[in-house]
Amino acid sequence: MTIKYTKDHEWVRVEGDVGTVGVSDHAQHQLGDVVFVELPDVGRALQQGKEAAVVESVKAASDVYAPVSGEVVEVNHELENEPARVNTGAETDGWFFKLRLTNPAELDGLMDEAAYKAFVEGQA
Amino acid sequence: MRYLPLTEADRRSMLAAIRASTVDDLFRDVPKAARLSGPIEGLPNHMGELEVERSLSAMAGRNLPAGSVPSFLGAGSYRHHIPATVDHLVQRGEFLTAYTPYQPEVSQGTLQVLFEFQTQVSLLTGMDVANASMYDGATACAEAVMMANRVTRRKKAILSGGLHPHYRDTTTTDARFIGFETVVMPAAPTGGEDLLSQVDGDTSCVVVQNPDVFGHVRDYTELGKACQAKGVLLIVVVTEAVSLGLLTPPGEMGADIVAAEGQSLGNALNFGGPYVGLFAVKEKLVRQMPGRLCGQTVDADGRRGFVLTLSTREQHIRREKATSNICTNAGLCALAFSIHLSLLGEEGFTQLARLNHAKAVQLADKLGAVKGVEIVNDSFFNEFTVKLPKPAAEVVERLAERRILAGVPASRLFAGELEDLLIVAATETNTESDMDAFAKALAEVLS
Amino acid sequence: MSMNNQGRPTDIRSASNSAVPDTVTGNRGLQIEEPLIFEQDASGRCGVDLPEMPAVASRLGAVKPRAKVGLPGLAEPQVVRHYTRLSQKNYAIDSGLYPLGSCTMKHNPRLNEKMARLPGFSDVHPLQPESTVQGALELMAELGRWLTTLTGMAAVTLAPAAGAHGEMCGIMAIRSAHEAKGDTGRTKILVPESAHGTNPATAAACGYSVEAIPATEDGRVDLEALKAKLGPDVAGLMLTNPNTCGLFERDIITIAEAVHAAGAYFYCDGANFNAIVGRVRPADLGIDVMHINLHKTFSTPHGGGGPGSGPVVFAESLAPFVPVPYVVQEKDGSFRLVEQAGDGPAFGRMKAFHGQMGMFVRALSYMMSHGADGLRQVANDAVLNANYVLASLKDVMTPSFDGPCMHECLFDDRFLKGTGVTTLDIAKALIDEGFHPMTMYFPLVVHGALLIEPTETESKAGLDQFVTALRALAERAKSGDAEYFQAAPRLTPRRRLDETAAARKPVLRWTPEAAVEKVAAE
Ligand SMILES: Cc1ncc(COP(=O)(O)O)c(C=O)c1O
Repeated sequence: MTIKYTKDHEWVRVEGDVGTVGVSDHAQHQLGDVVFVELPDVGRALQQGKEAAVVESVKAASDVYAPVSGEVVEVNHELENEPARVNTGAETDGWFFKLRLTNPAELDGLMDEAAYKAFVEGQA
Repeated sequence: MRYLPLTEADRRSMLAAIRASTVDDLFRDVPKAARLSGPIEGLPNHMGELEVERSLSAMAGRNLPAGSVPSFLGAGSYRHHIPATVDHLVQRGEFLTAYTPYQPEVSQGTLQVLFEFQTQVSLLTGMDVANASMYDGATACAEAVMMANRVTRRKKAILSGGLHPHYRDTTTTDARFIGFETVVMPAAPTGGEDLLSQVDGDTSCVVVQNPDVFGHVRDYTELGKACQAKGVLLIVVVTEAVSLGLLTPPGEMGADIVAAEGQSLGNALNFGGPYVGLFAVKEKLVRQMPGRLCGQTVDADGRRGFVLTLSTREQHIRREKATSNICTNAGLCALAFSIHLSLLGEEGFTQLARLNHAKAVQLADKLGAVKGVEIVNDSFFNEFTVKLPKPAAEVVERLAERRILAGVPASRLFAGELEDLLIVAATETNTESDMDAFAKALAEVLS
Repeated sequence: MSMNNQGRPTDIRSASNSAVPDTVTGNRGLQIEEPLIFEQDASGRCGVDLPEMPAVASRLGAVKPRAKVGLPGLAEPQVVRHYTRLSQKNYAIDSGLYPLGSCTMKHNPRLNEKMARLPGFSDVHPLQPESTVQGALELMAELGRWLTTLTGMAAVTLAPAAGAHGEMCGIMAIRSAHEAKGDTGRTKILVPESAHGTNPATAAACGYSVEAIPATEDGRVDLEALKAKLGPDVAGLMLTNPNTCGLFERDIITIAEAVHAAGAYFYCDGANFNAIVGRVRPADLGIDVMHINLHKTFSTPHGGGGPGSGPVVFAESLAPFVPVPYVVQEKDGSFRLVEQAGDGPAFGRMKAFHGQMGMFVRALSYMMSHGADGLRQVANDAVLNANYVLASLKDVMTPSFDGPCMHECLFDDRFLKGTGVTTLDIAKALIDEGFHPMTMYFPLVVHGALLIEPTETESKAGLDQFVTALRALAERAKSGDAEYFQAAPRLTPRRRLDETAAARKPVLRWTPEAAVEKVAAE
């Protein structure tokens, strides 16, 4: 099971051909208190790098991009009632959606945990 | 200049503090070619209060105030009695000269008013949630259509022929520039219309008005059900807010969005503006709403307070992805609406509505008795249409010469069509002797 | 994901308890707690006495009369007290300095209120016969003349209801002009990063894609970047001038030429016209179309967020596209209202009736009071006041750009670096000092923006007091007293409000059920 990150602060954890997607703990800090999450419909075909979801704090709305291409197979409805989970468990139970990967090779272009950590530090 | 507190001495010492020799230095970034060396030509210099008052009063004197004569105009703007308390409170400087409540700790007055206003509008319309106001009823209507397009991801609106033509045109202007389709039904001054047959898979919404521009009142419950079955939103427009004190509210008829004009409560005729757009929706649509919303919360000491909320829909945060570009809305007019409604309360508001209806029935009976005049409506609230044996615009002009403001010729709204129809309104402000004078003068003009 | 670029604290965790003693009633002297109007209901009570009801049979047809609305009943004195108490929880221009950058919160003269309430203006129906409203039409024509003269423009529409509505009108005119030339390939509007949110929102609402233009080090449009983006796919540029950093766009004439050379039009957001009114005519800068906020530059009150009025002026290039309705004067001197667009190039309409008449009267009253000489002085004093504030604070705060500024001065939060105090905290501490805060976190081009617009109606003594307070706060922040700031404000009717909770579980209205729950909880 591998976790990969994008430069736009999404993560994807792949098991078999299904990837679970969320935003990084670093991103969660930047956002502040998350108050609302808009999730994609199950069945929607997502393209890598294109808008997939929206996460809102009181004073900002940010688009979440699909880290890899695929078809949405499940969304985390818990976030609709409890958006704070994005703050408390960004990389665990604050996941956004799961998708069936259509082009697993895209994963090769993403960062692993160490590379992402270095990337974030480099940005500060 | 009485509004400018800086003295010449202040200006000199301030310039010294800035290290500028003249105020012109501060404008040095303006390209030379565009700098004016003195006051603009073609405009007078400053005037005292007395002179301004004299000059504007003279202009005002060249108008005929509706309240000075028997007056029966409606068609989206209604003359009601506004209690003295309303304007007194609106003119309190703390309301009049505040800004949008962006700093909630020093704006709890405005915010609580907005929360109460939203509640009042929800109650009147029978809807779940209302926003903190739009510019007017017509722009609220256009915004409702655009919202329906977003919600349904479809792009075609069906507009009833009973929709006020200004509301229709405001919506079709947006349609033209924003790029959605509208199907405009022909004006139907006498009868119903088959809106459902126009609905197809691209249809986002059906827009109806109640009472409609000719004054007919209808029950849209069946239409609402049919729309729902097709995934089409029902938008109900109301131009006379007082009607909501007597008629089944749009929410109970199955409206998804209500776009209304609130001028009737608290706001004078003002030759057409500023008025106050009311916008109310079903709960599940709240995140697609345009405009500001006030919400309840608590402060650091745990006490109840209010803030602007769900702002991520709005232009100042969402920018090009905002649900609307609206920023400034109709704050003070919403305040006037709210105060008037607070004075009326349940009893006053429902009585006022019944009174308006009764006055209109009384007027219809009197006008219907005039030879050659036919009442078109079989149902109405406080406004109805009459058919005249002569062009209505001409009749209105002749009656104005006799100092009676008789109503709105349909041709004024429908680009010269429907020449023989006159739209007439009655409110609590019309006395029986006003009505008799109208009927008598009308009989004379028609004979 | 796209990142939050205006992050700021919205929770209240850091605010510690208030130092003000509790009272039995919860009231604090002149600050009186006031329940919702719905919580003061007594059935059968009413604040009006209506005329007698004629006895007639109802003519409602198939529609059922409604059973109940659910409004509360109060008597008139209760209503007066309710709104008076609420008003006392508001800060207002009438009470003190309201230096909200970009909002031009200047004195609202009461003469204007009196004029707007003359029955000849306020009690006139918009659809009365033209023969009975000649004075109203004349007033509109006269206001239009003042606006076109002040801007040097060829034509004007008074229809738009606010600035954003005016923007919409201007962009529609631009689209109309391109369409009239058969030029349909223009899909973009260029908007600087520093623009107000309504600019990109308007352009997008009108079906254009929005391209951001970066700013230079000195806070102006990057001319080279702009030129690089101009092309046959660009419909227009939307630029605010003076811009939202409070600076005059020095290259504006060159910008206009470049825009025109590319076949595009130049829209100017005129929200900041107060800085240059009577000194510079926008037409002389090459602007094609511009909205004017009567509720800013021309002082019409918009308490609690409106109403506004956003007339739009047009250069010759766009004058044929002015929307309906508009007023024309006939040869015999009478005035006529053109209400139908017909087959001509005019579009419209944009709202019901003819515009915000009540605001027109107030604005004209304001303009006549100032005259050509006074309006020029307005710009002078507005700019002088802003530069004075800038000069008085630049050593303790961090100005984002060198002066001179126009009508407002911009600071960012570099002076707070490492203090644990944020722009928001400074704003809240200013409230305790008796001032309305400046605009915060706008424009987005600098970090933690503090945008101060004093306007011309402030005295030097008033500004000095404000400067003294702000200097002391800046120094206190630097001395490491973050807690003081985080607990501010302490002296207001409410302390920091929990915006996070408000957004997570929105309560947008009172409900009878909520009232029942509240009683049960107590
Ligand atoms: C720079 C700027 N542009 C546009 C607007 C929008 O004007 P309005 O609020 O009248 O719609 C504002 C005001 O808020 C502004 O400051």
